[in-house]
Formats: sequence, C-alpha cells, structure tokens
Amino acid sequence: MPKVTFIDAAGSSRVINIPAGWSLMEGAVQNDVTGIAAECGGGCACATCHVFVAPEWIGKLPEKSPAENDLLECTAVSRTPASRLSCQIPMSDALDGLVVHLPERQT
Amino acid sequence: MRRIVIIGAGQAGLQLAESLRKGGHDGELYLIGDERWPPYQRPPLSKKYLAEDFADARLFFRPLEHYTRLNVDLRLATRATAIERAAQRVALANGESLGYDGLALTTGTRVRPLPVPGAAHPAVHYLRGLDDAQALKQRLAGARRVVVIGGGFIGLEVAATARHADCEVHVVEALDRLMARVMPPVVSDFFATLHRAHGTQLHLGAQVAAIEPAADGSVEVRLGDGSGLPADLVVAGIGVLPNQELAVAAGLACDNGIVVDEYARTSDPLIVAAGDCTVHRNLRYELPHRLESVQNAVDQAKVAAASLLGQAQPYADLPWFWSDQYEVKLQIAGLSAGHDSHVLRGEPSAAGFSVYYFRQGRLIAVDSLNRPAEHMLARRLLSGGTHVLPAQAADPAFDLKALLVAT
Ligand SMILES: Cc1cc2nc3c(=O)[nH]c(=O)nc-3n(C[C@H](O)[C@H](O)[C@H](O)COP(=O)(O)OP(=O)(O)OC[C@H]3O[C@@H](n4cnc5c(N)ncnc54)[C@H](O)[C@@H]3O)c2cc1C
Ligand code: FES
Repeated sequence: MPKVTFIDAAGSSRVINIPAGWSLMEGAVQNDVTGIAAECGGGCACATCHVFVAPEWIGKLPEKSPAENDLLECTAVSRTPASRLSCQIPMSDALDGLVVHLPERQT
Repeated sequence: MRRIVIIGAGQAGLQLAESLRKGGHDGELYLIGDERWPPYQRPPLSKKYLAEDFADARLFFRPLEHYTRLNVDLRLATRATAIERAAQRVALANGESLGYDGLALTTGTRVRPLPVPGAAHPAVHYLRGLDDAQALKQRLAGARRVVVIGGGFIGLEVAATARHADCEVHVVEALDRLMARVMPPVVSDFFATLHRAHGTQLHLGAQVAAIEPAADGSVEVRLGDGSGLPADLVVAGIGVLPNQELAVAAGLACDNGIVVDEYARTSDPLIVAAGDCTVHRNLRYELPHRLESVQNAVDQAKVAAASLLGQAQPYADLPWFWSDQYEVKLQIAGLSAGHDSHVLRGEPSAAGFSVYYFRQGRLIAVDSLNRPAEHMLARRLLSGGTHVLPAQAADPAFDLKALLVAT
C-alpha cells in the first residue's frame, strides 16, 4: 500500500498507508488526519481538502483537471504552485512515499 | 453546559459535535444515530458509490477512533424515541433515558414512499442511506431494464449511472420537465437533451398508476395512459419527508420540517436543530425554507453549535449545491426561488454555460453547468452582495471578476 506523509501546519508529521484506488483525501480522512475537512466528500465542489505537495512530488502527480484548478482559487489558505485538492489525487503505487503539507485551516 | 445530546448521526450531527468541541464544550456529548454506520457521505451514493467498485469505508466521514479522541459517545443503531422536555430527557429505543442540558435535532429526512398499488414489490428501490445503496447496487448488477420514477437530482444521477452500466433506462416524471422544482426550463431542456443523447427514454408529464408483478421477479410499471414499462429494477426518487415526528410529539413547532429561527433554535430554548430536517430562516432570504444540501447541513450545524454554547451568531451563509450527471457538473449558488428575470451567460452546450437570476434588479442566484470557476466566482459575488447588471452577466466578454475587485 502506498505510504503518504502528512505534515501539519505546526510541523508534526504522520505516515499513513492508503490503499491504491482511494483518493488521498479518503486516506487522510479515514486515518483521522486533522486538517482536511472534505465537506463535499470528494465532489470537487468545496475546496476544503487543500494540501501543499512537497516540491519533489509536484511533477509526479496526475495533472489537475480544469475544475480542480478553478476550485483552487477558493481555498481558505491561498493557493501556491504546490497546491492540490487531495480528493482529486487517486493513490497508486507510483505515489508511494508522497509527502504533503497541510494548510493552517480549510474553512 | 454539562451534557449535550445530539439526535441524528449524519452530516449535520457530526458537524455539530465537532463544532461544540471546537467551541469549548468540555462536558459530556452524545451522538445518537439509528443507522448501523458511523456518519457518512450521502452524495456519492447516487454517484461514484453506485457506479464503481467502492468500499463502504470510503464513505465514512471519520474513523471510529475520531469519536473516542473527541470524547463523543457515539451510539449507533440506537433510535431516540421520545423527548421529554419538562424533564429534559431523551428516551432511547434500548430503554435507556439520557438527561440533557442542551439538545440538538439533526434527524434528516426519509424518502417519500411511492403511493401506488404494488409499490412494496422487491424490485422497487429507494435511495437515502447506505443500506439502500447497497441493496440498489446489488439489484442493479443483475438488471437489464431500469425505470426511474422522478426526474429530480437523485433520480437523474441514478439514471445516468444505470446507463453507464449499459442498462436500458426509462425516467418517468409527473411534471412536464426535469428538475422542475428548482430549475428553469432552459436548464431542464438542456438535461433532457443530455439524457436522451445517452440513450435514456424520458416520459415527461407521465403518471405511474401501479407496479404490477411479472412472472420472473421483474415488474411492469403501469403508466396513467395504460402503457407499461417492463423493469428488473425500479428506483423511486419522488422527494423526501422531514424526520420531525420526535419534535412534533414533543410539542415543538413544525411545518414540513422542524421550525428554527436564524440561530437554529427551535421553539424550546434548550433545543436547536440543523440540516435537512429544518425549516429555517437564513438572513439572506425573506421566507423560511427547507434545504437538502451538504452546505446547509454543515453551515447550519455550526450556527446551532454556537447557539448551544451561548455564542449565538445568525445564519447568513450562501447556499450552494452540486449534481453530477454524465459529463456535466451542475453547480448552484444562492437560491433562485422568487426571481423575476434571468439571463444566460454562454450558449446551452456541454462546453458550459450559466444562468444568472435576478430579483428586482439584484443578483440572487447562479446555476453553472461545467463552469466551476464561474460557480466559485458567483459564490463570491453573491456572498459579498456585489452589484451585477443583467447585461453584464449576459455578456461573455464582460469580466465579472473585475466587479469583485471594484467593491
Ligand atoms: C443519494 C443522495 C445524493 C445526494 N447528493 C447531494 C449532492 O450532490 N450535493 C449536496 O449538497 N447534497 C446532496 N445530498 C443531500 C445531502 O446528503 C444531505 O443534505 C445531508 O446528508 C443532510 O445531512 P443531515 O445530517 O441533515 O441528514 P442525514 O445525513 O440524513 O442524517 C440524519 C441521520 O439521523 C438519523 N435519525 C433520524 N431520526 C432518528 C432518531 N429518532 N434517532 C436516531 N437517529 C435518527 C437518520 O437515520 C440519519 O442517519 C444527497 C443526498 C442523497 C441521499
Ligand atoms: S472534498 Fe470537496 S473539493 Fe475535495
């Protein structure tokens, strides 16, 4: 199962195994990672599952859809080039070792 | 407050519990749910969950440890059966009785049963909860012919999923267009064309008279004009009824939902209510209304929690909603009820367009189809009360974002 490291705004980190096929958001939520609200449950409609992807991983993720790109304009903490919506990232073995940072707030 | 009891462990109930803890409630906190599942997402039930191989656990908002960590006493498969307001107690179906200092009702809705002869046939399904979705998914797997009764959001999402699974699909709608309750004709027509293009047969302005059993376990859906539609699976999506019986029996004001004010307070000062079960006031709108949406469940639950904590703040969040049908994402910002004019931005096509609704010259709502950026912009325009002229909205060359900067 791919492993993902979540680093919260205060700097503490957690490593979690997420089944391939699940979204990064689902993995975080099911492991009680605080800092991801995911109000719309992965509908790409709420922008409360925002994460900042570690620089070395940005290029390795599947491309953003136009919808995700648009929605990133509406995150509680402003987007950066590292921003993604975690519900739009399907986990796969290729993402084993992924590192993401959590914003200070989602709403 | 020493002990707060929340009845209804859905999206609003969970949000209330979390907001209470976040807001400083350190007393006892009970979350009572009659389903066997911990709080879960309903929107995927008619979308991804039905369409794909999708583990149930992916729907849960939080793992069970979360409730322990928050010190929330989560009772599953436990029904609250009565509220004794004078004694400040809630009776549970298991015989237990819980005293409360504050009470929250987040009981949601249930489906409206199909009111025709034969509707109890096992081929007839509904979709509200995970148990329904599991049963529906199983029946869908062996079905070839599907009849959806009701051309609303859930019915149409199910119809799209069934087509995706290569079933022959009929949608029977009593009114003369789809989603008529909340959508203007231009959007209804757009979706009618979309569903027809994907091979679904629409029967608009058609009544279902009866469900007649057929020999092989399938049924014949008899329409008002006498014609029949054979079906292995019938899905009825003809609306919901608010779960207000507990409140009614306790003497709380109810009117097609539990009546709450803009602070999510019922007619009893110790009792708040939030989510699908409420008829509520939102400072943005003149009339009280009942909404069935994630946004309302979450935002109103936050208001209700603040009221219980004595930090009352009025409900004034902008309503928003979405629905996915085939490759089209419909997103709604604001409420268009009561509009006196509307304009289109873009031509109706799958490439995307929006409808802007005005009331007395003021923008009150925007429906966007495959225009997620415009939807988010609309939310900002509406939230901030930005003045938009119909002619500006109708002109695709006019930069609406510039209005935002200007105010
Ligand atoms: C198939 C489907 C698709 C949807 N799609 C969308 C969408 O795309 N976008 C959107 O915004 N919204 C959508 N919704 C609506 C959204 O899911 C609801 O608005 C939201 O779940 C409401 O939350 P709630 O907490 O008010 O009610 P619920 O989630 O219904 O929770 C209420 C809970 O209380 C329990 N309960 C009731 N009475 C008692 C009692 N006496 N004792 C104990 N427990 C009790 C119920 O069993 C239920 O578990 C959809 C809903 C469905 C069913
Ligand atoms: S969970 Fe809502 S956009 Fe990701």
